[in-house]
Amino acid sequence: MAKVGIVIVSHSPKVAEGAADMVRQMVGEEVPLAWTGGNPAGGLGTSYEAISEAIRKAWSEAGVAILVDLGGAETNSEMAVEMLPAERRARVVVCNAPIVEGAVMAATESAGGSSLERVRAVAEELSAN
Amino acid sequence: MTSPGGGTGLDAGRTRKLIADVARSVIDAADELTALDAAIGDGDHGENMKRGFEAILADLDALSAMPAPELCRAIGAKLLSTVGGASGALYGSFFLALAKSLPVEPSRASAAAAFGDAVDAVRARGKSDFGEKTMLDVLIPVQRIFATGGDVVAIRQAARKAAEATIPILATRGRASFLGERSIGHMDPGARSSALMIDAICAQFGEE
Repeated sequence: MAKVGIVIVSHSPKVAEGAADMVRQMVGEEVPLAWTGGNPAGGLGTSYEAISEAIRKAWSEAGVAILVDLGGAETNSEMAVEMLPAERRARVVVCNAPIVEGAVMAATESAGGSSLERVRAVAEELSAN
Repeated sequence: MTSPGGGTGLDAGRTRKLIADVARSVIDAADELTALDAAIGDGDHGENMKRGFEAILADLDALSAMPAPELCRAIGAKLLSTVGGASGALYGSFFLALAKSLPVEPSRASAAAAFGDAVDAVRARGKSDFGEKTMLDVLIPVQRIFATGGDVVAIRQAARKAAEATIPILATRGRASFLGERSIGHMDPGARSSALMIDAICAQFGEE
C-alpha cells in the first residue's frame, strides 16, 4: 500500500537536509521523502519551483504532507500546492507543525500505513499545546 | 496594465517603457528595501525583488510584445520563480490573478475590477487584510481610489501615504510579527515596494 510522502521545506538547506536525515534514521526508505531549502539564488529563503519539484519527488498516491519552518516557506508551499493539477491538489497538505519534530512524527505515522489525514493530525498535535 | 485615465492606449514602445520603469524603480531601491527589511524582517527583500525584476528586464523584448493578460501572467510567473520567499508568492499571486481577470483590451472599469481580484488574491495568499503592516496596507487603499475614479495624482499620493502609514503599526503578520512592539517605528518593506511600483506605473500614465 502506498505510504504518505513527506516534504521538508526550510529556509536553510542544512536544516532541511538535517531534518530529512533524522526522518531517514526513523523510517529508512519506507516513506517517500524530499527536502528543499534556500531561495532561487541559493541564499537562505524558499523557492516555489524547488518546492514544486520536491512535491513531485515525494509524490505518493496516498498523498503528501509538507512540513515548513517560517512564513515564506508556508506561503510558497501553499502556492505550490494550488498550482498542482486538480487531481493531486486535494492530496497535498501543509502541516501546521514544528518542522523537525513534525517531519519525524509524520514520517513515523506514514510508515505505519496511516492516511494523509491521520499523518497531518499527528504532526499538528505537536502544535496543539 | 491599463490607463487609470481610461482606455488602454499602450503600444509596444510604451509597454516596454512601463515595464522597464517599474523594474528600475524597484532595482534602484534595493538597498532601501533591504534596510527596511533588516529592521523588522530577514533583510532580503531588496535583493529578492532586485533578482526578480532583473529577470524581467532580461526578458523585456518578449514581454513588451505581449497583450496585457499574457504580460501579467508572464510577470507573475517570473516573480514567483525568481524572487523566492513570501514576497515572491505574494507578488506572483497578484500578477497571476490580474492576468486571469484582465481582458485583452481593458477599460478602466474592467482594469479596476481586475486589480481588485489581484488584491483579493494577495489577501488570500497572505491570510491577511488591511492594517496588519503588509503590502495590503498600500494595495487596498489604491484599489479603492482606482475603483472610485481617482486620478493618477490621487493614486500616487495615496500609495506613498499608505506606505508611510505602516510605520506606527504593530506587525502581526510575517517575520516582523516576531518582534512584537519592536516592529513599531519601521515602514513595512512590502508596503514600500508596492508603493514604488504603483508610483512608477502612475508616472507612466501621467505622462501625456
